[in-house]
Amino acid sequence: MARYNPSRRSVLQTAGALAGAGTFARISLRPALATPEMMQDAVRAAIGEAQVQKGKVKLDLPPLVENGNSVPCTVTVDSPMTANDHVKAIHIFNEKNPQPNVISVKLGPRAGKASFSTRIRLADTQNITAIAEMSDGSCWSDEVFVIVTLAACVEEPKP
Amino acid sequence: MSRLTALSASLLTALLATSGALAAEIPLDQRRSNNDFVSADTRAMQSDDTANPGMLAVLDGEAIWNAKGGGQSSKSCADCHGDAAVSMKGVAARYPAFSAVLNRPVDLEQRINLSRTSDQKAEAFAFESKELLALTVYVAHQSRGMPDAVEETAQTKPFIEAGRTLFERREGQLNLSCAQCHDENWGKKLSGSIIPQAEPTGYPIYRLEWQEVGSLQRRLRECMYAVRAQPFDYGAPELVDLELYLMWRARGLPMETPAVRP
Amino acid sequence: MIGRALTHVPASAKRGDIIEIKALISHIMETGYRVGITGQPIPRDIIEDFVCTYNGEEIFRAKFYPAIAANPFMSFFTVATESGTIAFSWTDQHGATQVQTAAITVE
Repeated sequence: MARYNPSRRSVLQTAGALAGAGTFARISLRPALATPEMMQDAVRAAIGEAQVQKGKVKLDLPPLVENGNSVPCTVTVDSPMTANDHVKAIHIFNEKNPQPNVISVKLGPRAGKASFSTRIRLADTQNITAIAEMSDGSCWSDEVFVIVTLAACVEEPKP
Repeated sequence: MSRLTALSASLLTALLATSGALAAEIPLDQRRSNNDFVSADTRAMQSDDTANPGMLAVLDGEAIWNAKGGGQSSKSCADCHGDAAVSMKGVAARYPAFSAVLNRPVDLEQRINLSRTSDQKAEAFAFESKELLALTVYVAHQSRGMPDAVEETAQTKPFIEAGRTLFERREGQLNLSCAQCHDENWGKKLSGSIIPQAEPTGYPIYRLEWQEVGSLQRRLRECMYAVRAQPFDYGAPELVDLELYLMWRARGLPMETPAVRP
Repeated sequence: MIGRALTHVPASAKRGDIIEIKALISHIMETGYRVGITGQPIPRDIIEDFVCTYNGEEIFRAKFYPAIAANPFMSFFTVATESGTIAFSWTDQHGATQVQTAAITVE
């Protein structure tokens, strides 16, 4: 899927224009969101200087999520999972949540299949990246663009 | 009586008999569970008892069922009711039900509290408390798969009608009625989500928005807030009337507690 | 506070089968970014580590971050090697641990 990458500046400009035009703007006390740079730092912290290639990894996320609080997520890596050739670790990163890490999984040949599923939180429409570290030191990745729409109604905080 | 008068009289009678017809009620054979309107992933989450977080609340409820009530009688629910899978089977499918004690219908949460106070001599659990939700979801879970069996009786009829009136009445600054979305526009999209028919056969539900289990009253209050109406308080008779109408409206559909909803 | 857990391990399997294991734990996974009624952020409170062992040997490990949804759910795979115990442990940021076990018979 083509990478959608609006700059923070353009997003903020649009938001400002909408607010100025008197359109209903939801004011949220959200913390500063992660940036693509923070995500790159998190990737380096996880896998060091290894070069990341696209392929072998399949990241499954719904393209349009029902609710950002709980998004089903599955990663599957093409690997024979033998003692000599297996996935050592799988990491998932995001670009727009307050924090760039999502989960880091450690596997080995005992897994039989390099795949896991979980449920994650997504704070905004964004790109999600999964990176797999192989036993030979190579790193492979997949990236998915996900649109997040919140529930249609504005809910009151639980009394 | 002239033929014209007889004709108009019968037409008038027909219109009066079907008092809800003007509000475009969903035909009985077109009613579908809210489960049909969520994503496949959410449906999968509901149907897998190891993936459904509502099942964690069912386990909590089971523990409360077996624990001493903490009241003067120091009995647990189990001491009188035994195995919930037997004694509570089909119960939630009949609720809200008429209470002779209060001389009006009560929902399952209220019925549990009635038992706690009068039989266990313990304090009622607060509405929407973790304990009450867990116990309610545990009891309601024993009816999973059974058809919603709320019936119109001479006793409940006026309350069902009161609930229907609330359902069809416009309210709030947005001046919307429940019926406008859930009777007339179900299946269509509202801001990326599909509008369900509002059949509450899975309550208490695990709602992704809440990240926890919650009651039908909580959901109704939030919907009222959404149309900018002042929500009824928890336990208000209006909310119970509305719950009763909704469960009667969903009669025949299978119970799903604990359901998973966005 | 770590609450109840629900796990699923097949009761029996053939040696060499790849089996699917599921684990669900009750936990609010408070991100630390939500703002409370007072206007102050609610402090972070999350499960950080999830470990699964098979007869004592680690077969799966995950580090959770706040982006993991409340009531964390994991499903993953392992090769059925021998009969025994599959153990799950969840440890939160305060160091508290919850453990659950399941038995498996492997023919």
